Amino acid sequence: MVLLTDLTIAEARDGLARKDFSSKELTEAHIRAIESARAFNAYVLETPDRAIEDAVASDKRRAKGEIGALDGIPIAVKDIFCTKGIRTTACSKILAEFVPPYESFVTQKLRQSGTVLLGKTNLDEFAMGSSNETSAFGPVLNPWKSSIDTAKLVPGGSSGGSACAVAAGLCLGATGTDTGGSIRQPAAFCGIVGMKPTYGRCSRWGIVAFASSLDQAGPMTRTVQDSAIMLSAMAGFDHNDSTSSRQIVPNFESSFEKSIKGVRIGIPDEYRVEGIDPEINELWETGIQWLKQQGAEICSISLSQTQNALPAYYIIAPAEASSNLSRYDGMRYGSRVSDVSLTKTYSKTRGGGFGPEVVRRILVGTYVLSAGYYDAYYLKAQKIRRLISEEFNNAFSDVDAILVPTSPTPAFAKGEKENDLIAMYLNDVLTVPASLAGLPAISVPAGLSKSGLPLGLQLITRSFDEETLFRVAQSIENSAGWHHRPSKFMF
Amino acid sequence: MSKLEGKTWTWETVIGLEIHAQITTKSKLFSGASTKFGALPNTQVTLVDVAMPGMLPVLNEMAVEQIVRTGLAINAEINLYSVFDRKNYFYPDLPQGYQISQFSDPIVGKGEIEIKMDDGEKRGVGITRIHLEQDAGKSIHDMDPSFTYVDLNRSGVPLMEIVSEPDLRSSAEAAAYVRKIRAILQYIGSCDGNMERGNLRCDVNVSVRRKGDPLGTRCEIKNVNSIRFLKQAIDYEANRQLNIIENGDKVTQETRLFDSVTGKTRSMRSKEEAHDYRYFPDPDLLPLQLKKSYVDRLSAELPELPDQKLLRFVNELGLSLDVAEEFVFEKEKADYFEPIATGRDAKLVANMVRKDVFGYANFHSINISDVPVTPQKYGELIDLIVEGDINNRIASEIFILMAKTGKDAEVIVQEKGLRQLSDTNELEVVIEKVIEVSEKQVAQYKNGNQKIIGWFVGQIMQKTKGQANPKVVNALLRKKLN
Amino acid sequence: MLVDKSTVLHIANLAKIEVPDGDLENLASELSHILGWVEQLNEVNTDDVIPMCSGVASMQLRLRQDKISEENQQSDVLSNAPDSRDGFFAVPKVLE
Ligand SMILES: [Mg+2]
Ligand SMILES: [Zn+2]
Repeated sequence: MVLLTDLTIAEARDGLARKDFSSKELTEAHIRAIESARAFNAYVLETPDRAIEDAVASDKRRAKGEIGALDGIPIAVKDIFCTKGIRTTACSKILAEFVPPYESFVTQKLRQSGTVLLGKTNLDEFAMGSSNETSAFGPVLNPWKSSIDTAKLVPGGSSGGSACAVAAGLCLGATGTDTGGSIRQPAAFCGIVGMKPTYGRCSRWGIVAFASSLDQAGPMTRTVQDSAIMLSAMAGFDHNDSTSSRQIVPNFESSFEKSIKGVRIGIPDEYRVEGIDPEINELWETGIQWLKQQGAEICSISLSQTQNALPAYYIIAPAEASSNLSRYDGMRYGSRVSDVSLTKTYSKTRGGGFGPEVVRRILVGTYVLSAGYYDAYYLKAQKIRRLISEEFNNAFSDVDAILVPTSPTPAFAKGEKENDLIAMYLNDVLTVPASLAGLPAISVPAGLSKSGLPLGLQLITRSFDEETLFRVAQSIENSAGWHHRPSKFMF
Repeated sequence: MSKLEGKTWTWETVIGLEIHAQITTKSKLFSGASTKFGALPNTQVTLVDVAMPGMLPVLNEMAVEQIVRTGLAINAEINLYSVFDRKNYFYPDLPQGYQISQFSDPIVGKGEIEIKMDDGEKRGVGITRIHLEQDAGKSIHDMDPSFTYVDLNRSGVPLMEIVSEPDLRSSAEAAAYVRKIRAILQYIGSCDGNMERGNLRCDVNVSVRRKGDPLGTRCEIKNVNSIRFLKQAIDYEANRQLNIIENGDKVTQETRLFDSVTGKTRSMRSKEEAHDYRYFPDPDLLPLQLKKSYVDRLSAELPELPDQKLLRFVNELGLSLDVAEEFVFEKEKADYFEPIATGRDAKLVANMVRKDVFGYANFHSINISDVPVTPQKYGELIDLIVEGDINNRIASEIFILMAKTGKDAEVIVQEKGLRQLSDTNELEVVIEKVIEVSEKQVAQYKNGNQKIIGWFVGQIMQKTKGQANPKVVNALLRKKLN
Repeated sequence: MLVDKSTVLHIANLAKIEVPDGDLENLASELSHILGWVEQLNEVNTDDVIPMCSGVASMQLRLRQDKISEENQQSDVLSNAPDSRDGFFAVPKVLE
């Protein structure tokens, strides 16, 4: 018999509809799985009581025939979404005891569609990191293991807890947030589908901000179809977010009905960056062939600004973060370290409350905004950002989607890049350009490395063209015949 | 004081102002909390105002409308494209750790208002810009020996900051400028101008220089909240700086506070680090883009402005310039006066309301709008004068009774029998009696002392308990005496 | 080095973050490394390029009506406060 925790969202939805099992049974199976997999440290807060309550309520609704699109589906929520009455920490000491009296727009929508909340997942502190090693709750383990090495691997970051939970069967789907690749890169590392919608598609209201002009919520799931189902439930206009879009949210699941015949796929040579794993380049080549076989037209395009995206990102994101994180001062909420004077209280509270990576980024951000440096760093980066955005626009006058790898390497070992900041930052080199341009992008698991680790391919489309994104992603998924699960290594 | 007489030279004071005016709105600049004054602490605070994690600003359209109207009222450029920036600094009453303000691209650009300068000439004072920003909360330092208490009701209230060029040369000019600005804001309703509540407050930049020299080093005096204090602060500060310079020292650029008890300014405790506000465009908000048609519509709908009213009061109502200015620049006075003057003898009304109503408000230290006799009721009193039923002096007494009892003028006149004596026969009897017993005064009159007539009138008024019609009395007296 | 210890101290002061003396050296070198690396952008010609300051290049700022949409929520506002008294947030004494 198939384990309930192995189902996709679509399968679970159908099983619930057929009354093969109840939401309570489905939820209990997940609670047991979570308990048995605590070693991964994927969850920073388990909410089993709430989960059962949600599941029972869902079963009651179903009995009455009043169900939502995701009714009874157990999911996990990255601990950066504020959840009413449930501790929300952004995995920082400074918010260790914070209990929001409000619910984020996205999780509110998910609740309204009937989901069951299993708990809050681990992340890099304030979503700053690419390996989930900066969390105040400790690192998350990747459920995958190399076949040739016993080293423990990182799940990627910052949505490492969500990626791990989805990959290891600890939920059917999870929310993530992506600022420079924080959904897509861990998805690639953990062999799942991670999707970053167009900036403005999902409201940022109630999501702890990292870099406001880049942050986007998105779904993390085991299949492309699940991704589409979940995004439909998360997206939508919110009058409380000035950057929320009024674009109509289509039923993304119906994107799959059309073939990709005649779809023009751009291949930018500039994404063959230095340091990229040859295996990944090979997989990219394979992906191109798959799409060709499905009837897509492959076009070579040029995105000459690609190499400038990462340094621009590492100016813009810290600059915004340095300001966004000023509110954590121990005055109105959060932990306060009292001292003799107000100034000392501020600096002790913040110095002690933030971890080293967050401090580093706040300092970089403060520096690039400070008098005398603004033009040389911040303004320069924003101009580069415009160039990148315009270059994508030009490319999209010719092609419908762009195919590139998600990450330059498969998951690496814990601690491996701790002492080389730039090497760590280079993880985002292939995901950051789409973030700066605000474009929708998705990472789809497409193959295994020689050492048996998952590798992802990334697709990027025009703003608000998530339908094409899902359609092409599904085609990659089909061609890859992806069926791998980490369980065969772990359990 | 228009000129600084130094020991060695004639100096001049150079003044520029930043006025923070609270924009009249129901809700805050970026949240749906009320802006009402006087609520219990932290009861008009949303999760946005307290800067909870993940909270986002959404701009209030009324605040935009009011600042655009203000810009139009001072003939300023309206920038159809403007940007909200974050001004980053830490303070317990600044919840976000930054203030959302406008730095490089404000909504309102250069403008000008005209004021009467010390030399009696009217000249323009340049307005550099007006921008939108959030107010901070309130810190209360004296409720507890070891804690500061923070109330965020005011946090996020919309302000417009009106920045002037350093075009003012004396405390009197600065006061005239603030009065004019306040009147304009009150006329268009973009700010109530209430300085006691801090709804309009001034940061004053003061420097001194030898006439013709480049600008001297300036000091900024923060948060001056009355026009009287403004004058005191400028005069004190200019003299302080002059003394420093004449002693051969240099003025240090700093922020100072005005102490209304001592009338002096003092240095604010020096900041531990130089300010570096790290302004940058707020990524939670997109640039604000206005349509020209929107601005044109607001322009067409502007109400009468103080200068226009002044012209009308002088040219159409025949008021003297001084009285007209007094009324126009204290909007409460114009508001009281105008409905009464409409259709009546404006000069008479002006004289009477100044004496009775404004005198009453002043005596009782209340606002004119709180005087318990409405303009309409006061108008009825004026009508009794015009119809000859009472004279001005009795009218003033009746006004006091109206204020005290709430009764109408007509009722009081009836009850107290105050209708004035105009009956010639009755008055002749009184006049003859007075003349009979006043041989000395009659002689003086006959010897050519015309002024003595006033004494006779006084006597007659006394005999008639003030009810005699002075015009009739005058005429009859002259007839009898001749 | 682009950033020395005193610069780290200065920006840490601006950011109100206490940095132990022992960490200054290391932070100075890390920040120098990062800032040196991003300086490759100087090679790019950005003359006449309009900076892009928001996640969306084409959207218009939306305004809300001037309505009081939220009532007194003092208890929610104070619910996470480290210290509150008589409806106020209590913070360490501010000396002027
Ligand atoms: Mg100012
Ligand atoms: Zn200001």
